Amino acid sequence: MLAFILRRLGQSAFLLIAMAVLVFVSIFAIGDPIEVLLPADADQNEREAAIRHLGLDQPLWMQFAHFVWNLLHGDLGKSFVFGSDSLSLILGRLPATLELALVALILAALIGIPLGLIAGLKSQTWIGRLIMTTSIVGFSLPNFWFGIVMILVFAVQLQWLPSGGRGPTDTLFGIEFSLLNPQGWVNLIMPAATLAIYKVSLVIRLAYAGTREALLQDYVRFARAKGLSSSRIIGVHILKNILIPIVTVLGLELGSMIAFAVVTESVFAWPGMGKLLIDSIARLDRPVIVAYLMLVVTLFALINLCVDILYSVLDPRVRLSEGQS
Amino acid sequence: MSVSAASSTTRSAIKIETPLHMFWADFCANRIALIALAVVSVLALISVLSPWIAPQNPYDLTQISIFDNMLKPLQRSQEGKLFVLGSDEQGRDMLSAMMYGLKMSLFVAITATTAALCVGVSLGIIAAYFGGRVDAVLMRLVDLQLSFPAILIALILLAVLGKGVDKVIFALMLVQWAYYARTVRGNAMVERRREYIEAAQCLALPRHRIIFRHLLPNCLGPLIVVATVQVAHAISLEATLSFLGVGVPITEPSLGLLISNGYKYILSGKYWVSIYPGLLLLLTIVSINLVGDHLRDLLNPRLKA
Repeated sequence: MLAFILRRLGQSAFLLIAMAVLVFVSIFAIGDPIEVLLPADADQNEREAAIRHLGLDQPLWMQFAHFVWNLLHGDLGKSFVFGSDSLSLILGRLPATLELALVALILAALIGIPLGLIAGLKSQTWIGRLIMTTSIVGFSLPNFWFGIVMILVFAVQLQWLPSGGRGPTDTLFGIEFSLLNPQGWVNLIMPAATLAIYKVSLVIRLAYAGTREALLQDYVRFARAKGLSSSRIIGVHILKNILIPIVTVLGLELGSMIAFAVVTESVFAWPGMGKLLIDSIARLDRPVIVAYLMLVVTLFALINLCVDILYSVLDPRVRLSEGQS
Repeated sequence: MSVSAASSTTRSAIKIETPLHMFWADFCANRIALIALAVVSVLALISVLSPWIAPQNPYDLTQISIFDNMLKPLQRSQEGKLFVLGSDEQGRDMLSAMMYGLKMSLFVAITATTAALCVGVSLGIIAAYFGGRVDAVLMRLVDLQLSFPAILIALILLAVLGKGVDKVIFALMLVQWAYYARTVRGNAMVERRREYIEAAQCLALPRHRIIFRHLLPNCLGPLIVVATVQVAHAISLEATLSFLGVGVPITEPSLGLLISNGYKYILSGKYWVSIYPGLLLLLTIVSINLVGDHLRDLLNPRLKA
């Protein structure tokens, strides 16, 4: 067990180092940030001062050595645009993104599980077919376009909801939360629904497949034979069993929610790290892009590590086959 | 194809038909999928014929007039020209722009999927046939790539490479190949142990012949499903990347870029510049997914009674 965890840890560390090199080298192909940052009428002296100030006059390997040294101290460089530490810039935006992703995840479960259950129980009726066909539409909806349609309907035509931004927030433990403020809810609902729509379809399909399989199992037949009410069979026996894969998949999907938040945040001008990334790409703000990438790769490596360890605890075959190969 | 033959032996025992006929009959049994297939065909036809059937060439500056800008749907210009779906800020006819955009979207997605299919299938089948270290290295690479969301990989790649149709195709190929590699490997691992492969090996057939003429055709079923779904996915991904400003260049817009362009005018209530391209995008993706979904049911032996 210990050997397995150590080997996985080593792999994660290797992945992070490889990503650091890759990210650093590739980021230098993006373009010249000096062109973007300086006003068009800047003279030669101002240019050179700016280049020196940002450390862009040193050879590439020196810049990389500098980068690694600072990385080990948790310093990912100063943003070219904001002038502040890029890692704390990203971390400052992290709560907004996490809040959005978590609310979307909960929405997906709350809407998806009942619909999938109904579709599975009534798979041969029109309602079952309707739910499953709708779920294909949900799968196919381009996320950003759905967001635009929502803005058009609820913000422009009906004027019920604000078209974007985070709105007022309340502070808890020094972190701002929209959920604590009633007005924050109003701002959160459209972005969260947009981010959730794809996962709703995913949950519907998982719940549908799970229910159809569970209906054929012996334990359901036995529960029926025992004379249990159908609401108890569905609510306790079937629901509990289909929840296992759904919870696993939703946990894994948290990472992809954070990635997809890039799109949603751009549409709704939500001040999360995805919006920051897109803005930074447009402004060639290298340190922020690097900091975002390193943070996300670390996050994914952590999620994958946890899942692997969890699986190996639950299912010993995973680590045994690993040891043999 | 052995997969389709197995799937319909029970149903058409009376008539003697080729496997392809039986497969087609099974496919037609689902009306929704049949309609979806028709829609996909019509859309493909429209996109190919767009230079000839579009009311105007929206990228020929001599054909557009700035005075026609932001016309509402069904409004006529001063010269009496009808704009069925309205026009954008440069006076381009939206219907024509959408036809050209559809062509771009389909071209990028299909090219990228085909390229990814070739790379993924080759690597996957090689991994399955040779096994051992080759297999371990390739599959670890696949695992690694699939643990990151496609949109993130493509976004960063394009941020580094810059805009361009060829770059978008390359990025889409790079995020897709792993799906095919995994699918084909899973199948080939099973097929590899079958007697006909052993027989081919006993005949001392050359290795490439065994792999590509014997092993590969028997792994095609699931690949068709994955490829269909992936084309839809690629269209959606390209549109998203173009919306975020890292996709196709402004001179060769796809549907995603048209939507992105219309996004600026949403708050002033000029809905048609982004809603109509989006509807066309949605129709395309839904139709392809419906076809793929039905194909999956048909080719899945577990759902056969």
